[in-house]
Amino acid sequence: MMKKYTVINTPVHNIDGIAKITGRAEYAFDIKLPHMLYGKILRSPYPHAKILNIDTSKAEGLTGVKAVVTGSDTLGIKQGIWRRFKELCDEEILARSKVRYIGEPVAAVAALDEDTAEEALDLIEVEYEPLQGVFEPLEAIKEGAPQLHERAERNINVTRHIEWGDVDEGFKKADHIREDWFRCSSQSHVCMETHNAVASFTPDKRLTVWTSTQSHYYIQVLLSWVLGLRENDVRVVSRYTGGGFGSKFELDSAQFCSSLLSMKLFKPVKIILTREEEFMATKRRTPMFYYLRTGVKKDGSFVAKEARVFTEGGAYTSMGATALYLTGFFQAFPYVWPSYRYDGYRVYTNTAPTSAMRGFGAPQATFCAETQIDLIANDLGIDPIEIRRKNAMYPNYEVPGQATIQSCGLSQCLDKIEKWIKSRGKLPPNRGIGIAAYGFMSGGIFNWFDTPYAFSSAVIQVNIDGKVDLYVGSQDMGQGSNTTMTIICAEELGVRIEDIRLHMGDTDNCPVDLGAWGSRETLMQGNAVKMAAAEAKRQIIEYAVAKLSPNIVYDLDIKDRWIHLIARPERGLLYYDVVKEAIRGKDGQPIIARGHYTPHRKGMISPAYSFGVQAVEAEVDPDTGKITLKNCVTAHDCGQVINPLGVKGQLEGAMAMAAGYGFTEDLPMDEGKILNPNLVDYKVLRATEMPETKVIEVETYEPEGPFGAKEAGEGLTNPTAGALGNAIFHATGLSVKNLPITPEKVLEALREKKKKKGK
Amino acid sequence: MEKQLLHITVNSEYHELYIKPKKLLVEVLRDELGLTGTKKGCNTGACSACTVLLNGASVKSCSVLAMQADGTEITTVEGLADGGKLSFLQRSFLDYSAYQCGFCTSGMLMSATALLNENPNPTNRQIKEGIHGNICRCTGYNSIIRAIKAVADGRYKEKK
Repeated sequence: MMKKYTVINTPVHNIDGIAKITGRAEYAFDIKLPHMLYGKILRSPYPHAKILNIDTSKAEGLTGVKAVVTGSDTLGIKQGIWRRFKELCDEEILARSKVRYIGEPVAAVAALDEDTAEEALDLIEVEYEPLQGVFEPLEAIKEGAPQLHERAERNINVTRHIEWGDVDEGFKKADHIREDWFRCSSQSHVCMETHNAVASFTPDKRLTVWTSTQSHYYIQVLLSWVLGLRENDVRVVSRYTGGGFGSKFELDSAQFCSSLLSMKLFKPVKIILTREEEFMATKRRTPMFYYLRTGVKKDGSFVAKEARVFTEGGAYTSMGATALYLTGFFQAFPYVWPSYRYDGYRVYTNTAPTSAMRGFGAPQATFCAETQIDLIANDLGIDPIEIRRKNAMYPNYEVPGQATIQSCGLSQCLDKIEKWIKSRGKLPPNRGIGIAAYGFMSGGIFNWFDTPYAFSSAVIQVNIDGKVDLYVGSQDMGQGSNTTMTIICAEELGVRIEDIRLHMGDTDNCPVDLGAWGSRETLMQGNAVKMAAAEAKRQIIEYAVAKLSPNIVYDLDIKDRWIHLIARPERGLLYYDVVKEAIRGKDGQPIIARGHYTPHRKGMISPAYSFGVQAVEAEVDPDTGKITLKNCVTAHDCGQVINPLGVKGQLEGAMAMAAGYGFTEDLPMDEGKILNPNLVDYKVLRATEMPETKVIEVETYEPEGPFGAKEAGEGLTNPTAGALGNAIFHATGLSVKNLPITPEKVLEALREKKKKKGK
Repeated sequence: MEKQLLHITVNSEYHELYIKPKKLLVEVLRDELGLTGTKKGCNTGACSACTVLLNGASVKSCSVLAMQADGTEITTVEGLADGGKLSFLQRSFLDYSAYQCGFCTSGMLMSATALLNENPNPTNRQIKEGIHGNICRCTGYNSIIRAIKAVADGRYKEKK
């Protein structure tokens, strides 16, 4: 017998590793072209104002300034990533008549160097008429509040309704009903590579843009739309991306401003956003006000849930419409709810637009849901593991009208975490363990972008020496999809990692894939790669069959460069030899194969779902309210593990970001102005604050995924805030329903508790 | 302001450059010498993506004027490997997958190199403190800590 897999689930070096550890990896941030100019962007200082006039003459007169562009240099198109719904395309690239948030782009300058461009910004005279702003969704939705967009009465941007079962009947049957309000805060992606682009427009009317992105295809399409160019006359290149986390698949100001300037000048223009711009004027996690009403039986069985959400949309739709849907869907995850009703309202406010960020509405949903479940368990005197086990989703469960779950390892995850908690024994005072269960999608099914292409495609060429060229459209922003695709290709084709040369990150040379968001690459791009590799293998095996002429009842396979009879693996031929003959037999043509994937008949959300349970052990200092993370253990079901080092890295990294969301990261504002737009006052977790992390893999087989694989990088952003909150609850008896759980809030709650006791 | 002459040795190569006195070390490394392995994440000294060695000590090259480095020896990430031979830390970073997007990696490797030069046997606590200034948004640091520990524990030795 041959080993089932020769490459999959073995620890391999990331294929971009050498480039990254030697400083050779060239990010768009590093690109320098001959005659390149440097650009800067003028942004609105007002949260809400009319633009009466813009005078650029003084700026244009400054020595070293080559061009200034404003809204009047644009086609005036209102763009958005929800292309299928024109009313949700509401964002001009450079505002022409009105600005709606502090940081909105108004003009851009190209000059010989950055200093000159910066100086020129001060010389652009913009006459504004400030308007009254509105900053909180619960204020903005009121009658008579200042209105941001003409069409959106009461500033309602999008609404979403999800319902199944009879909710009102459900509540009648409940023995216990709880109502809670939660507030989920915002969060900044903090990619280490800030948004940037180098645009070069040439006299043949072709535009090339090197940029840091999660989807070169989306940027190609959106740029061609707003600039009035033919789609394939725009080339977007992005070989390395220094982090994305959801912030880099919409059109950004570095991309369109550098393009506009280059089109005016026929010279390359580079724009790098500063860290401050990154905080103030790129997208961020959606803050949400959550109302939950939940009915359960005495034994903890769930019967009914009602959720109402108001999200702070910021000034434009962006990807926030998707977050509004997903938060509603994942509010009911990963449990069986006989009845459920969700109403979500995305409300425009005069703040920076809120959008996609790792977890995409699910971390907010999971924080509220898991916090409330522990409160209910406490009300009823039921163990937190037990109440979750009783209501857990299971394999082949159908979420009514929404989704079909196939593989589901949730109950195994609960078992593993229960065992770990027991192993901790009795904890010291002021210390607690909290858990949260979660799930996430493996790529979205929705096509609001309105692509006519398959969701993922791949092309393979096998050359005379057996080296395989693999062309993918997926984008590696650090999550490791380049390595994952290489592993999948090597396994399916029966060769080794070093036999594969991957091509990605270039719309001129790669097939279309929608990009790295919604945890889609492993399943969707992975399926396309597997299909292409299977087709290449079929072509190679044809020649091996001719050569070996086995009895027709035998079939062949390739493993580790050995083409053999499956039933008699010792009988075979070397891969290299057969490839040579196959190419000769094809009249000298290399072997070429294609693969593609689009989900069909898989419900409304995703073709597959990951599951998991996380336990966080935390200590609270009763004098200062300070929270220290002690341990974080996660049992995770991502189907078949493809790249074990990659999965571990994703899970640990997601946990760090999610813990930041839980207790250190926040974007406080004053009238739409972010007060901490720098890395000193915005508290990203540091190495010294990281607890011990442990990842327990629960392997299942997902029929829809390549080799049974599914999502592994994003779902783990969902549980941590809730698990941390529950740890604090079990340590102190206090439940903080307002993120982030800061020492101030903990202290305040402790004082309240003391006061109550005193009475 | 008039340009000034900077004498600087970078990765064992001596350079003489005329530069504006306000230029930062990171700008000279990236823009004048083309050593773009050194990154900039904030330009305010808060993220340490721009860490290099100055006469063997780690500094944030966005917080040093290039002229302050006149006459010094600088090592950047491009100077860690000896030809095709990777440093122990580079090898362990590969083995432990101690990077993801890679943008903080150069600074992280330089901080770790300085740490092990100063203290070849650090505890986990000391490793964490050694890279406290370096923000990594991808990994959650633990794989980096494991990689540094592996070198400190002598798991990487000169091959004879």
